[in-house]
Amino acid sequence: MARIDLVDLAQSYHGNDADIESFALKPVTMTWRQGGAYALLGPSGCGKTTLLNLISGILTPSRGKILFDGKDITQASTRERNIAQVFQFPVIYDTMTVGENLAFPLKNRGVPRAEIDKRVAEIARLLDLTPDLNRKATRLTADAKQKISLGRGLVRSDVAAVLFDEPLTVIDPELKWQLRSKLKALHRELDLTMIYVTHDQTEALTFADTVVVMHDGRVVQSGTPAELFDKPAHTFVGYFIGSPGMNILSAEVKGREARIDGHTLTLARSYDALPAGAKIEIGVRPEFVDVAAPGPGLLDANIERIDDLGRIRFARVRVGDAKFAARLPSGFSPSGSAIGLKFNPAYVHVYADSRLVEGA
Amino acid sequence: MDKTINNKAWFLVLPVFLLVAFSAILPLMTVVNYSMQDTFGNNQFFWNGVGWFKELLDPSTDLGGRFLASLGRNLIFSLAILAIEVPLGIVVALSMPRAGWTVAFCLVVLALPLLIPWNVVGTIWQIFGRPDIGLLGYTLTSMGIDYNYVSNDLDAWFTVIIMDVWHWTSLVALLCYAGLKSIPDAYYQAAQIDGASRWAVFTAIQLPKMHRVLLIAVLLRFMDSFMIYTEPFVVTGGGPGNSTTFISIELVKIALGQFDLGKAAALSLVYNLIILIVCWVFYTIMTNAGAERRPTEGGA
Repeated sequence: MARIDLVDLAQSYHGNDADIESFALKPVTMTWRQGGAYALLGPSGCGKTTLLNLISGILTPSRGKILFDGKDITQASTRERNIAQVFQFPVIYDTMTVGENLAFPLKNRGVPRAEIDKRVAEIARLLDLTPDLNRKATRLTADAKQKISLGRGLVRSDVAAVLFDEPLTVIDPELKWQLRSKLKALHRELDLTMIYVTHDQTEALTFADTVVVMHDGRVVQSGTPAELFDKPAHTFVGYFIGSPGMNILSAEVKGREARIDGHTLTLARSYDALPAGAKIEIGVRPEFVDVAAPGPGLLDANIERIDDLGRIRFARVRVGDAKFAARLPSGFSPSGSAIGLKFNPAYVHVYADSRLVEGA
Repeated sequence: MDKTINNKAWFLVLPVFLLVAFSAILPLMTVVNYSMQDTFGNNQFFWNGVGWFKELLDPSTDLGGRFLASLGRNLIFSLAILAIEVPLGIVVALSMPRAGWTVAFCLVVLALPLLIPWNVVGTIWQIFGRPDIGLLGYTLTSMGIDYNYVSNDLDAWFTVIIMDVWHWTSLVALLCYAGLKSIPDAYYQAAQIDGASRWAVFTAIQLPKMHRVLLIAVLLRFMDSFMIYTEPFVVTGGGPGNSTTFISIELVKIALGQFDLGKAAALSLVYNLIILIVCWVFYTIMTNAGAERRPTEGGA
């Protein structure tokens, strides 16, 4: 159990002298609280597994330091760090029974027999593996094998953190949901720091108190699910989280007004000091744009298509040349394709070079 | 799906059947025929029934004594080389590099002995072991060790076994290396996380994952060493005395030296049968081992 600090941590697979843009993980400084449930979210190849392997010690960083409770462990081996990690595909030891598999990490560390039996029994109970304890692990299904892997990750009570590298990839959707809730319950019960890598936003948002979004080797935002949703710090976060993602439109912003393709939009805050020469965009989630009948004060648009998601309907609309998604209020059916758009100004954000600009 | 049944299709099998008949069945039946008869030359044959087979399995007769003694030597030889080559092959495979140009280098060096014809291997070791001009023999002799494979039984066995180890350990090593390479990195990383010692990694991951290639290696090496002929024949000629006379060498002596076609035919049939039985046993073990794993294959 420990607080984990990353200080200017970076990793390059092309040598330390390579161009910083080619680094798999660009320098990052951040803190992981003891006992927190974190999700590392990002698309494939964004560096999240690299970051995880740096924390567990499978990789040694090209630059920077890692501190556990203030102690520099950058050069320490995985064993010394006392980290648990669960991998994407189930790793089980073929010759052992389920129980022996679960006991393996404890046995290797010379934990007394009675203590091992107690921990294994407890973890098996939490993961519903008790009936299988004496079976050969090779004979089980992929689901059960992955539960064994999870169990081996959780069986040590003294670990600094448990890292999960997309552990539910091989699991059926139904069971996936159960296991995720189980992990969440385990987190509360065992009071361990957990870091969960995934590219699935639902998984990340349901599991974690704090979601860390990565993009192209950088940490672009870390915050609660609500923060990521309401106030994305980067256009990537807006677009990656949410379904459909945030509308990003290039615009000219001056004071309290944004101009999109000749149409003017009033903003909640005033933006006077935008960096010169930067690419200015506004971002607004489809949930905060309502479709209405055309009228004064509304942005004129044309409906192209309506996506009915059952619970909610989104309209794909066009404003001049810009396309975006907007919410269709229940009970409203547009007559013809010409409609008006009603914005919730509090949720319209301005981005300069993809980064959020705070208005005054 | 409806299948058309047309018995004329059997004619399509005919060419293969004829080919197999001429290449395998007819020669085999000729041997069976010989094994039931005795001949005194002049192409005159006399019916002997199962007489040769009875004699073959009776240690008190000349034929039986020679057969059982050489069978014993064959078994000792096969067990000895397996006991050396399998652990040695595993050690070699484990110490090979996993990436870089050295991999190709090691593979080529390892493959070299496998590419040398049996006859040449025999000649190499025949000369290598000679106390007067051979490097091995000369070195051992000058170290004060009384080494002479021509006159000493133990030295002859030592030479023949070392020769086989030199020739074939590479095969075991290459098979094991292939088995090792197929283990995903995640297993090693997981073992690292679980705090496994080097020995635990070997017993919990590497050995179980090599289990199938090891069975293949043992099978191949057993069959091959059980049928060994050329190398000991070139090095020791079966001597000193009969101490390195293996079944195949005995067979050639009886068939071509003494021209006892009946005895030789009976011997070769029994020899063949032993190999078939061992093959079958190994095959059964291997397929059973495979079936045991199959239901859960998808995950790993």
